[in-house]
Amino acid sequence: MPILSKEEAQALLKKVLSYSKADECEIGLSGNEGGNIRTALNAVSTAGDISTLGLAVSSTFGKKTGTATINEFDDASLEKVVRRSEELAQLAPENPEHMPPLGPQTFAESNTYNEKTAAMTPESRADMVAASLKASKDAGLDAAGFLENTTSFYATMNNKGLFAYNKSTDVTFSVTTRNKAGTGSGYAARGFTDVSKLDTLAATKIAAQKANGSVGARAIEPGKYTVILEPTAAVYMMENMFRFDARSADEGRSYLSKRGGGTRLGEKLMDDKVNIYSDPFNAELPANTWSGDGLPLEKTYWIQNGVVKNLSYSRYWAEKKGVKPLPGPSNIIMDGGASSLEEMIKSTERGILVSRLWYIRMVDPQVLALTGLTRDGTFYIENGKIKFPIKNMRFNESPVIMLNNVEALGKPERAISVESYRSYMIPPMKIRDFTFSSLSDAV
Amino acid sequence: MKRRNFIYLSGVGASALMLSNLPSYGTPIDPLQSLETVDVRIKKELADVALNTAKSKGASYADIRIGRYLNQAVITRETRVLNVANAESFGVGVRVLVNGCWGFAASNVVTKDGVAKTAERAVAVAKANAKIGGAPVQLAPQKGYGEVSWKTPIEKNAFEVPIKEKVDLLLAANGVALAGGANFVNSTILAINEQKYFASTDGSYIDQDIHRLYPNFSVTKIDAAKGAFETRAALSSPVGMGYEYLTPTASEKMQGVVTRYRNRYDMMEDMKNATKNAAEKVNAKTVEPGKYDLVLDPSHLWLTIHESVAHPTELDRVLGYEANYAGTSFLNLDKLKSGNFKFGSPNMNIVADKNQKGSLGAVGYDDEGVKPKEWQIVKDGTLVNFQAIRDQAHMIGLNESQGCCYAQTWADVQFQRMPNVSLQPGKTPLSVDDMIKKVDKGIYIVGNGSFSIDQQRYNFQFGGQLFYEIKGGKIVGMLNDVAYQATNQEFWNSLAAVCDERDYRLGGAFNDGKGQPSQSNAVSHGSSTALFKGVNVINTKRRIG
Repeated sequence: MPILSKEEAQALLKKVLSYSKADECEIGLSGNEGGNIRTALNAVSTAGDISTLGLAVSSTFGKKTGTATINEFDDASLEKVVRRSEELAQLAPENPEHMPPLGPQTFAESNTYNEKTAAMTPESRADMVAASLKASKDAGLDAAGFLENTTSFYATMNNKGLFAYNKSTDVTFSVTTRNKAGTGSGYAARGFTDVSKLDTLAATKIAAQKANGSVGARAIEPGKYTVILEPTAAVYMMENMFRFDARSADEGRSYLSKRGGGTRLGEKLMDDKVNIYSDPFNAELPANTWSGDGLPLEKTYWIQNGVVKNLSYSRYWAEKKGVKPLPGPSNIIMDGGASSLEEMIKSTERGILVSRLWYIRMVDPQVLALTGLTRDGTFYIENGKIKFPIKNMRFNESPVIMLNNVEALGKPERAISVESYRSYMIPPMKIRDFTFSSLSDAV
Repeated sequence: MKRRNFIYLSGVGASALMLSNLPSYGTPIDPLQSLETVDVRIKKELADVALNTAKSKGASYADIRIGRYLNQAVITRETRVLNVANAESFGVGVRVLVNGCWGFAASNVVTKDGVAKTAERAVAVAKANAKIGGAPVQLAPQKGYGEVSWKTPIEKNAFEVPIKEKVDLLLAANGVALAGGANFVNSTILAINEQKYFASTDGSYIDQDIHRLYPNFSVTKIDAAKGAFETRAALSSPVGMGYEYLTPTASEKMQGVVTRYRNRYDMMEDMKNATKNAAEKVNAKTVEPGKYDLVLDPSHLWLTIHESVAHPTELDRVLGYEANYAGTSFLNLDKLKSGNFKFGSPNMNIVADKNQKGSLGAVGYDDEGVKPKEWQIVKDGTLVNFQAIRDQAHMIGLNESQGCCYAQTWADVQFQRMPNVSLQPGKTPLSVDDMIKKVDKGIYIVGNGSFSIDQQRYNFQFGGQLFYEIKGGKIVGMLNDVAYQATNQEFWNSLAAVCDERDYRLGGAFNDGKGQPSQSNAVSHGSSTALFKGVNVINTKRRIG
């Protein structure tokens, strides 16, 4: 079995460490298993079932580090991988940014593992997909979708006393439904730690509503519009700004760099309503409680009332700058507001409801200027009502500028970014002066 | 093409130990280990175990890929080596057809017992899914080739070149940038070796040794007072070659306002030029939006070909198989069958292949045991074909696969991926200088930059690395904040001229993304410099606050 318990992982790592002769030795052990089903045209197209287990050993002499890995676990192989990493370390160039490993740390248990998700089988996946395909067929549409579940664990130990272990599950489902004429398309995506929260039938019904509702789209002039972004659209736009890295800001090559030098830490960069933080203990979006280099993760505000509250400092950069290291976010939650989606529409004189964004790419990293397009359900709003579906449009906009123009926020939902497949907690949002630059005929 | 991975979450790790969690890099290994290979006799024995197990459990067809995928990455910034990573990924993937439905399973346990269990799991997956129903898979016939092999024709195996030689080259190049006034410089050499063994119940046992190389860098110039910074990336290409690509060769240089490269690359020279260019970009004139004639260098045009021609002619996209991820296509079977769909002007001739020497797509056999073909996709501007594999060939009336099936590793199921897709050079002699002389108001674009295109490939926007303003047939200076937006068919119908074969070069993508779970593919796109008339150019400049 590629998924080891905490005790099994600890025993194995201790044994590996006993072979070490280096100044510093860090070991990582990871395993995962899971499966997926992909559908198209209301039938299964591909499906898979994958499992792996691997061990990586890093040995350091002075500031010279070597890493080697293996996926065999008899004693001779374990000793071999330690020796090999030590030989590689002797050959390696010195790394002036090398930091000594951390000593023992205290970590809270995470809530990232769910038994039901771990127990998924090819049959249970097939049943969930069959429910989705039924909804699509009932609506007279063609579905293309993807269901994937993963169970994984990662453990690390070093010769200075650090040990950390985490086990997690994840299930994601996405579906695109299109009509036979190719004139309507809808989409839904869901991601959970606990599979019992995933309703593939309900999600497909929403995609079907969007598909049928988007038929007969009309062209409107590109330009600046008030937009209501559903969480799936907003999160993809915002994902590009979640790094919050101090080093690139200090170096003058980030949207968080200050003109004349330094960072924008402490500056007001967005609307008062914007609060963005990470919290591994969030019940809806649990995350690991320790960072890759073994630091405990705690609730951290990155943007508070529109002000840049914290930047992440690697241990090396923190030492150089004389501050405390702060690992980057392991999840992202944005606080919402009191408005429902219906209220946002009702209060809009002239605007656009955006279900999803697509193919977002960086145009200018200095201001995080991005371009991309709407997709799978774009609707024109006039005098507080959805009037008609509209053709998709390309936008050229920055999430930083966008979050300066917040009119209202709704209730945060767990939403998947359609590019990274990561989950975030993001509210629907009403934004003024969002810039559309051209029309697209794509459906 | 996939975007750069600029999303950072500490939970998914930046440390060397977490490298094993990055599927594209496998697990780190000793550099010397990369020179060991697995005995082909052992692979055949294992393959037979898997194929026999699959057949005995009810598979009508089965194939197995035993793959050893090696990556080496040497990564530096300024005067420092950030990482030297040697990674290996070794395992098996078994694909089976049971009751007309595909099943796939993969494992890193490469023993007789391990591959038999993997074959059993693949059959179980197929059986579970067959219950859902749908049209049964139809495989185009494919003869078995028996025991055969193929190797990328390299002159110098990059994995045999000592790490020190690579580090010395990168740090020397970084030194050129720093001496020239650059604030930051990052440089890398990536090498890939796919040692892959394919066997199928059709009777093929194919052993292949595929090599790819990608040297790259980025120079940054900062103007702190203005709060501005500009970067200039290398004008190298990822190639299906060995380390010989990094041997500067005068005859492979294309001289002009900036030197560009064909089959050999001069990193030191390009770094010097890049440092100068980055400083020029900081002070370059911002573009006046409007209609311009665009002269597009192959180091830029490859990406436009990739996104606007190669992707929409993938048959799986055309049919709706990629609807939930990469998208569908503005092309359809009716447009192909009509025989008169004008994708572009008569200057547009597009050819697909997996044979071009030095290209990223070149293989002896694809990942379902088919020898690749060369075929025309657009002929004199008219759409004439798509890209299809064994289970798709019948859908466009073909009786055999075109040989463009690929899986990124043993752990991923193979499916239709684009081959090299290239614009053929013009037949009339035409140099880049002569082309520029014909342009009154235009922009000469070198190198690829930002890119975005809709899910049916109608509307796109492309940036670049270097933008030179052309006025009255002459280059008059550098521009900044340039991107062009166009509708696909309109753009290709504005293709007014293509330079001749003397200017033909390959560009390419090391990491083209498609599929769920997403898989990377490496492909080249060749062209000569091309002229597009009256394209809409926008100014991308924005300010915060």
